[in-house]
Amino acid sequence: MTQTGAGIALNFRDIGIADRPTVGGKGASLGELTRAGIRVPPGFVIATAAFERFIAEIDPQGSIRRAIEGLATGDLVTISKVAEGIRERIVGAPMPGDIQRAILAGYAELCGDAGDQPVAVRSSATSEDSSEASFAGLQETYLWIRGGEAVLHAVRDCWASLYSAESVSYRLRLKLPEEGLAMGVVIQRMVNSRCSGVMFTRSPLTGDRSVIAIESSWGLGSSVVSGVVTPDKYVLSKVTGEIVKRTVSHKTVEHVPDLAAGGVREIPVAEERRDAPCLNDAEIAELARIGKLVEAHYHCAQDIEWAFAPDVGGGESLYLLQSRPETIWANKDSKPAAAPKANAFAHVFDLLGGSKKS
Amino acid sequence: MSANSRAFPLPSEIRDVPGTEGWETMYPYFTRFRPEDDKVFWFYNAMHFPEPMPAFDVVTAEIPYQALGAFTTRVFSFPTTLGIDHRIVNGRIYITANPVRDPAEIGRRLALFQERAGFYYQNWNRLYDEWKGRMLALIKEVEDIEVPTLPEFDDIEVVTSGRGIGQNHYVRVSYHRCVEAFSKMWHHHFEFLMLGYGAYLVFFEFCKKAFPEIADQTVARMVAGIDVFMFRPDEELKKLARLAVELEIDGKLGDGSNPADILSALEQMGAPGRKWLDQLQESRHPWFLMSTGDGFYHHHRSWNDDLSIPFSAIARYAEMLKAGKSIERPTAALKVERERIITEYRSLLATDEERGAFDQMLGLCHLVFPFVEDHKFYCEHWFTTIWFNKLREFGALLARWDVIADPEDFFHLHHTEADLALQEVSLAWAAGSAPAGRGYWKPILKERKRIWEKLKEWSPPPALGPIPEDIADPALQMLWGITSETLATWARKPDASNEHELHGFAASPGIAEGVARVLMNANDIGLMQDGEILVCPVTNPSWGPVFGKIRATVSDIGGTMSHAAIVAREYGMPAVVGTGAATKRIKTGQRLRVDGNTGVVTILS
Repeated sequence: MTQTGAGIALNFRDIGIADRPTVGGKGASLGELTRAGIRVPPGFVIATAAFERFIAEIDPQGSIRRAIEGLATGDLVTISKVAEGIRERIVGAPMPGDIQRAILAGYAELCGDAGDQPVAVRSSATSEDSSEASFAGLQETYLWIRGGEAVLHAVRDCWASLYSAESVSYRLRLKLPEEGLAMGVVIQRMVNSRCSGVMFTRSPLTGDRSVIAIESSWGLGSSVVSGVVTPDKYVLSKVTGEIVKRTVSHKTVEHVPDLAAGGVREIPVAEERRDAPCLNDAEIAELARIGKLVEAHYHCAQDIEWAFAPDVGGGESLYLLQSRPETIWANKDSKPAAAPKANAFAHVFDLLGGSKKS
Repeated sequence: MSANSRAFPLPSEIRDVPGTEGWETMYPYFTRFRPEDDKVFWFYNAMHFPEPMPAFDVVTAEIPYQALGAFTTRVFSFPTTLGIDHRIVNGRIYITANPVRDPAEIGRRLALFQERAGFYYQNWNRLYDEWKGRMLALIKEVEDIEVPTLPEFDDIEVVTSGRGIGQNHYVRVSYHRCVEAFSKMWHHHFEFLMLGYGAYLVFFEFCKKAFPEIADQTVARMVAGIDVFMFRPDEELKKLARLAVELEIDGKLGDGSNPADILSALEQMGAPGRKWLDQLQESRHPWFLMSTGDGFYHHHRSWNDDLSIPFSAIARYAEMLKAGKSIERPTAALKVERERIITEYRSLLATDEERGAFDQMLGLCHLVFPFVEDHKFYCEHWFTTIWFNKLREFGALLARWDVIADPEDFFHLHHTEADLALQEVSLAWAAGSAPAGRGYWKPILKERKRIWEKLKEWSPPPALGPIPEDIADPALQMLWGITSETLATWARKPDASNEHELHGFAASPGIAEGVARVLMNANDIGLMQDGEILVCPVTNPSWGPVFGKIRATVSDIGGTMSHAAIVAREYGMPAVVGTGAATKRIKTGQRLRVDGNTGVVTILS
């Protein structure tokens, strides 16, 4: 049993997708992947209950909720002013002692004997990453955080990010209730990615269920997700494994850990690596294999973040950093390609009969 | 030019290749472009006719198009299309399909089509069985045609049997029987083919709709047969290789001697040699009647006519056997893999409704594909090899009468001119005089051969005239032998591809780098070295034996359903086909990268 501090810090190994209401979507998904035997950088989640207790302690009267509920959807000036005030309250308030201890214990366990290790601190909202409403990118992720103090700060920053002007106006626009709003926080060992990117187990372009689309670039995945670089692109068949499309792009920048200041910095890619592909065919095949596995596990197409990074054994491994249901095509109604007919050759009459002109 | 200020010239804008003036006289009057043809879209039928046409060989366009159109226009009544018109310019064959555009007319034709095509689909297996019987009878008929030798005195039997007909009469009869048999063969060929292609097209369109990014070659893999004729010739080579190793006579095969010397050496070896030669005899008929082309040119000889091709392949297989390598074709594994691909794609479909349609369409493909795949061996290889060789006997007759200098010159006469020349020899034999053809044909044929050589230098535009709206009509594409891929290639602006890159169809997956060897003729196949990349105008099943030693293939023409593509996939060798001009742009010795996944060939140095 890990030191969970009365159910506050929950190791990935101990949670699954069903725990989403208590740990948030991202944390539940990482737990589910870990349990399914997929290689995920180790970590734990701070349960949503911690956030709720924290808010209850700093705002026993519920003034925060009422302030937001009183906002007009289109009034961006007021929204950002109110939101900023709330964030200041969250970042400035002390954290309840048992929560602090649970987080620090979880962090210490994660680091083991290796001393302070860099971690990613990522928000894991209960409504985030669900297929119904994608909150993608609205909550913060803090990369390459090192040391207990910094982690505690980052957790509070994550909580506060629920009150960024963007998040607040998003909730107002979608009329999502403030009541019961909660957020878990994922604390996860950083991997120093050689290259990373995203993978869709269904074509984002055409919705084709038979292909896997991969985008990759050098360094940490934030460069691909944020769009500062044109990644290499691959499309391959799930069935035959053949790479049917291969585009190697000119990759000008990459994100790397800022070892001195913490966090991430953007640097130019060395000349000779700019036009080189980040992945070889074996790595592409390995990605596809894992993508198919995750898709089969969840029974629906996935949108995955991944990285190739050094592993503890001194080699390099593929890590999944996130997987969530693909939302664009899943919600689209598509007409069936064809329906059975009275006899097989009636399809030929249809095609050659001139009724269907393309 | 206003409406069609696009990539393709008009027929009337094509100039004679300098030094070939008068080329038209080699071909029938009705193959010339007419002024009104400028309004029509034509495309160069490079798939069947990659070289300029010798005068006789235009029969391989004229007669097939008579047969094809008979079935599309008159027999089955295809709704949106009639038959094909062909024209010849600078020795190259351009074709167009005649669309039906009036909806009322399409409806009238569709009603007939449903009844007639429906009958064939419903009775496919029975009709196809009968078809095989008819083809075998027809092949026998051609084999049995006797070409008169026109000796000084007719046979005594003409007198004693009271036949009452002199031998020269049979010159005409036999020649006409040859031409008639060729026409029958092509009618049989098209009896099923367009219906077979229709079934494939339906499945292909469905897959592209359900899986927009599926590779064409993957659709082809789900459809293609595994126990089909096209692999038989290669299997016979392996059988002969196994026997050669067993009898320890394989050393005789691969020493580079000419086939006649090898045969007589084996003859002299006694029992083991004799045993192997017996097997060779058995394998040769019909499995070596494999054209090195596709049966459209007289000079694409068969393995049987040039044993150096099968012998070098047998020697290579024997070498592999002795090195402990397997030469077995893993048919069981191939079948399992095909089933796996089918099952997985099927399960990826969205609904049971789609799965129901998928089952129907694929079922129809599997019904028609034995014909689609095997007809080619019966028609273009087996029949046509025997047929061209029968015609060589007429060439020999004209040469004996000194009307032509070389028996092969026969193929520079149009088939009606050959008829005329043969009639005149019959007349001269009867009259006891010298044929006028002696002075007449030789200079003409000499000039034709010169022109024909010169015409090979021309790069024909892929198409002529304005592109019509209805080019996307699947029936038209089917007749033209073009696919959506072809259209995409045409649409690609020439300046978009850089000079070190060629684009074609990804026919067999994988990426390979190696040194190019450009071979214009299957007869040069022995030049290929281990690990080289074959660059050729068109590959066909007879290239199969070298596939084991080369790294990749690139061809000027062909599609993903071509036999070459299927064989390449089985060998797991990357292939890019239909590049248009690989044999012109690539030189032997250059380093290439062939990407069989994307269809791109890069000249590295």
